[in-house]
Amino acid sequence: MKSPYNDTVMDHFMNPRNMGDLEDANAVAEVGNPACGDMMRLMLKINDDGVIEDIKFKTFGCAAAIASSSMTSEIIKGKTIEEAIQVGNNDIVSALGGVPEVKVHCSIMAEEALEDALKDYYTKTGKNLDDLNAMIHKYKGDRPEHH
Amino acid sequence: MIYLDNIAGCAPDKRVVEKILPFLTERYGNASSHFYHLGRDAFEAMEDARKEVAKLIGANSDDVYFTASGTESNNLALKGIISHPDNLHKKHIILSELEHYSLQNPARRLISKGYRISWAKVTPQGHVDTDHLASLLDDDTVFVAIQHANPEIGTVQDIATISKLVKASGAHLHIDAVASAGLLPVDVDTFQADTLSLSGTNLYGIRGTAALYIRKGVKILSVTEGGGQEQGVRAGSENIVGIVAMGEGARIVREEMSTYVPQLQALGENLMSRITSLYDFIHITGESDMSKRLPGNVSFWVEYIEGESLLMWYAVKGFAVASGSACASNILAEDEDDLEASPILTAVGVPTDICAGSVTMSLSRTNTQDDVDRVIAETPDIVDRLCAISPAFNK
Repeated sequence: MKSPYNDTVMDHFMNPRNMGDLEDANAVAEVGNPACGDMMRLMLKINDDGVIEDIKFKTFGCAAAIASSSMTSEIIKGKTIEEAIQVGNNDIVSALGGVPEVKVHCSIMAEEALEDALKDYYTKTGKNLDDLNAMIHKYKGDRPEHH
Repeated sequence: MIYLDNIAGCAPDKRVVEKILPFLTERYGNASSHFYHLGRDAFEAMEDARKEVAKLIGANSDDVYFTASGTESNNLALKGIISHPDNLHKKHIILSELEHYSLQNPARRLISKGYRISWAKVTPQGHVDTDHLASLLDDDTVFVAIQHANPEIGTVQDIATISKLVKASGAHLHIDAVASAGLLPVDVDTFQADTLSLSGTNLYGIRGTAALYIRKGVKILSVTEGGGQEQGVRAGSENIVGIVAMGEGARIVREEMSTYVPQLQALGENLMSRITSLYDFIHITGESDMSKRLPGNVSFWVEYIEGESLLMWYAVKGFAVASGSACASNILAEDEDDLEASPILTAVGVPTDICAGSVTMSLSRTNTQDDVDRVIAETPDIVDRLCAISPAFNK
């Protein structure tokens, strides 16, 4: 019987990429809470061209939650807002080479954190939030809130 | 790998392995086949083992019934007693909040059959609140189950006090001694137990064999029907290999407990005091007075850190430990709804807003001071790594 987590998940769990705090972040989100068993803080620095220039995260959670956060940060770093929005939890799970069925919800937390951080960016910079919501709707349609 | 999960089952003692090998090769008879030597040989080996198990718990050997697991023993006690015609008029079952799933789950299913289930509260240290238990007992109470010691938080119950209360009410008293037998004195008369469960793997035997003690005169119906094995209480050809292992394990622990338990207690105390002194945000679960815990059992949770991630890091570093974390509860489940927080942590009032899982380290007679030193040496690196990544950590 294999370990519940593959080598990629274990690598991201043990050596999380982009972990830490981002002093000059202009987009911040915190989703989940310890009572739910997982919590993620995502910090982005988005430049004037709408490119995610830098990214840091911190995650309280199981190995799958930490690995999903790390993989998400790696995937969206350097992407534009519109490109980043297209990254869904399926992409995160497949980039990780799969996670146990019961752990798929951990990857949704990372996707939610990204959307919330982008909303924070739009609010802080005075951009029209409807544009962002329309973009989210365009790529992802309506979906229920996780938490 | 340093094995610190002995509560999930100990490594079989070498003498146990030697003793069972012939039963896997030339001594393969069925204990019910009395007309030829092989069968009688198996029967005699089984009865010798039964005597050893009985001696360990101060019972008569014909009151010891072999089963396949502690879970089966608990199921048999509960379902067998309440379904006996003489007991059918009573419809109230009491379990402590710390009981194993093998009692909690069948009890819950009995609600649809008209039974009332009450849960005896426990204190933050994990001791049954005897005032609350007394208030629950009534003329309708048929069955009360109390775990001698809890594997996840280590707390040992004051069975003498509890049994006085329960016996005075006329209810049947079931003691789950799966976690404690081999670590603490277990005596069916001192406990006034009507039934008592214990498992072979916790006695340095092998998995797949356990036992249920049933006091003579207790009315019980079989749950598994078939041939008349185990005096008609538990049908099915007996697992002679496992039974011989359990008998030898019972002999070994009975004869050697007075030597290894003090060593285990000292190791456990050393582990407990050193792990809690590492950080002020490491908190013990259950009883902090080691004299009221299972020897060698240490359990704790760490603020800011989720239980499964702790467990995984310990595994990466070569330590087998157990977690009471929801995320580690059922990794093979297909639905996240099957992830369930430990009801034990909830019962003892661990703050669930900041605690998402605990770790239990359970030592056995084969663990050494070096094992303790190594897990203590590696813990700061694990905790520091997980604090560094935790958004809840702000120190």
